[in-house]
Amino acid sequence: MGVTVHFPRNQTCCGQPAYTTGFPEEARKVAAAQLDLFPEDWPIIVPSGSCGGMLKHHWPKLFKDDAVLQAKADSLAERTVEFTDYVVNVLGLQLPAGGKPTKVALHTSCSARREMGTLDIGRAALGRLPGVELVIHDHESECCGFGGTFSVKHPDISSAMASDKLESIRKTGCDALVSADCGCLLNLNGSLAKRRDTLRGEHIATFIRSRMDASTEGTA
Amino acid sequence: MNAPVVIERPGPATPKTAGAPGGAHREVHARPEDFKQRSHESVNDPHLRSSFRGAMDFLIERRAVHFSDLVAFETLRKLGEQVRQHALSKLPELLDQLEAKLTELGVHVHWAETPEDANRIFLDIAQRHEAKLMVKGKSMVSEEIELNHVMADHGIECLETDMGEYILQLDGDRPSHIIMPAIHKTKQDVAEIFHEHIAGAPLTDDVNELIGIGRKALREKFGAAKIGVSGVNFMVAETGSIVLVENEGNGRLCTSVPDVHIAITGLEKVIDKLEHVVPLYALLPKSATGQAVTTYLNVITGPRREGERDGPREMHLVLLDNGRTQAYREERFRATLQCIRCGACMNHCPVYTRVGGLSYGTTYPGPIGSIISPHLVGLKSTRDLPTASSLCGACGEVCPVKIPIPEMLMKLREAGRHSITQSMTPPTQALVGQGEVRAISEAMAWRGWRVLYSHAFLYRLFAWFAPRLRWLTPAWQGGWTKSRTPLKPAPKSLRDMMADRDKRRR
Ligand code: SF4
Repeated sequence: MGVTVHFPRNQTCCGQPAYTTGFPEEARKVAAAQLDLFPEDWPIIVPSGSCGGMLKHHWPKLFKDDAVLQAKADSLAERTVEFTDYVVNVLGLQLPAGGKPTKVALHTSCSARREMGTLDIGRAALGRLPGVELVIHDHESECCGFGGTFSVKHPDISSAMASDKLESIRKTGCDALVSADCGCLLNLNGSLAKRRDTLRGEHIATFIRSRMDASTEGTA
Repeated sequence: MNAPVVIERPGPATPKTAGAPGGAHREVHARPEDFKQRSHESVNDPHLRSSFRGAMDFLIERRAVHFSDLVAFETLRKLGEQVRQHALSKLPELLDQLEAKLTELGVHVHWAETPEDANRIFLDIAQRHEAKLMVKGKSMVSEEIELNHVMADHGIECLETDMGEYILQLDGDRPSHIIMPAIHKTKQDVAEIFHEHIAGAPLTDDVNELIGIGRKALREKFGAAKIGVSGVNFMVAETGSIVLVENEGNGRLCTSVPDVHIAITGLEKVIDKLEHVVPLYALLPKSATGQAVTTYLNVITGPRREGERDGPREMHLVLLDNGRTQAYREERFRATLQCIRCGACMNHCPVYTRVGGLSYGTTYPGPIGSIISPHLVGLKSTRDLPTASSLCGACGEVCPVKIPIPEMLMKLREAGRHSITQSMTPPTQALVGQGEVRAISEAMAWRGWRVLYSHAFLYRLFAWFAPRLRWLTPAWQGGWTKSRTPLKPAPKSLRDMMADRDKRRR
């Protein structure tokens, strides 16, 4: 697609786990160590929506007391784009007709849906993939129960949420489950494996990639 | 505000199973410390799970009908937020103004710092009037001070007249929702409770008949009570009016039939002007019960005047603090007091829906309960409430006065952690229990995390080792592995893949 990907190897974590658990200054130190890693005026593509939301909406708040760091964080925030958003709205993803018919359920991370608009974008992305039919599951916008440290501190409630989510996804009869958020996928796939269910959630990037490969094979 | 109690839910009524919540009389103690235990029991109770889910879905749908235009909703709730923020910004002034206005109207104003103070005020008034019976409309603040129990200890019957609360009182149970207190009861439960406690009540599960039975039993009491008690939805500083939103008409009876009317509420409920009621009322019933308007909207301005034929001859207002000024003093928690107690945050909360209201062990359950209870009863006993959220944000999205509930939860988590590290936003006024309720090991772990993740060299070393040592990952990982397979580093990290790619390109 004519895009060169740079991966600054010193990057670590967006800091969301510490931030939401009530340790903002730990998150701040981790964020501060990465403020200089993206100096060029290039978009910063985040393949996990809630991490993107952290960069875009919360990093600037962490540096309220330091104008220089805040300016850096603001610049990063402005350039932060969620992966699917970039692929759909900047690269203009469009595949030729002819992919194998597949029913797909989409799960969006709660924070990414609210902070990065990933529900509409995710649906748009799937709409650009010929042969892919989106199936809507019951209580689609409800949380999958991950919530970072919540899943460990309140495992009973978290598990109940995950199992309700998976049951409603299973009821759609979907062939695939996609999400643009790694945290939710960790939770859903761990739960699916424990239930000995064969379904696995895929990252939307992987899914798009496999559709691309299939469509080039088809046309070749 | 109250609401039709026994909501006819779509679908067949759930049959009562042995050990089901509700039904049999149980002594229910409110202990937020037991949240984990009780929530464990609740999520494993299929009856409760399905009945709460059904009821909440029903309420969600009813609300959504009114707010299908999201832009209009946003405009309206922005207005609601402003009305409440404006009032809080001049709270001390407005309270002064309210007191002066009420006094002028002949209303006695009482200030209660603690629940004990409030109960003493009630007791004094009751003893002065030699009252043995009070009839009470729905009031969560009266639950907060446990008015019924304290009065009973002194030989005074305080009778609930809101149908939902009445059912609970008969059964010795507690409210599980602030608007629909008896939402955890099925109509079969209600039938049995009435049959057992009301003389001559036949066993029926016809909802209308049940309500008829309850109403008749209550009607007889209004005339006999010397004192009527009510809650308050809004207090208007400008006019000294008390606004009461209700559906059953019992609120109107409690505030007009008995000779003495005592209203009780939290001191944050004041608003500046009468016209400010308009946006709040436009938001409240729609958010709460999915009604465009309620059956009654009572605006009470002073006791009976010369020449008037009804209304109480004596009127009191009890303003309860109970931790509210503490929340007020601290800027970062002040938004908590914007609440108009609509309950929408509970209805939309995936955690509340699964554990039910009684698990919280607090007067106010659900998201609003998790952010207000630490101020009312301290962070120590409520420490598991702010963490019992995936921060999905559903509550903040529906709150009619735009309280950033997830943000408040995060700030309470921050306040609750062990204070080995300096807090970024040092509190001006410490919360009771601040800095001591969570383990030191947790704070240490986050510090370790920070060191690893803020030093690229260390992190890269870690990231190199992790996939190579993945066979070492333990099979048991605390709460995580309860219903999930263990977390393992990927066989090959993204970092390694990117390094390979760079090598290939070179
Ligand atoms: S916090 Fe908001 S949504 Fe929850 S009860 Fe209060 S006003 Fe309603």
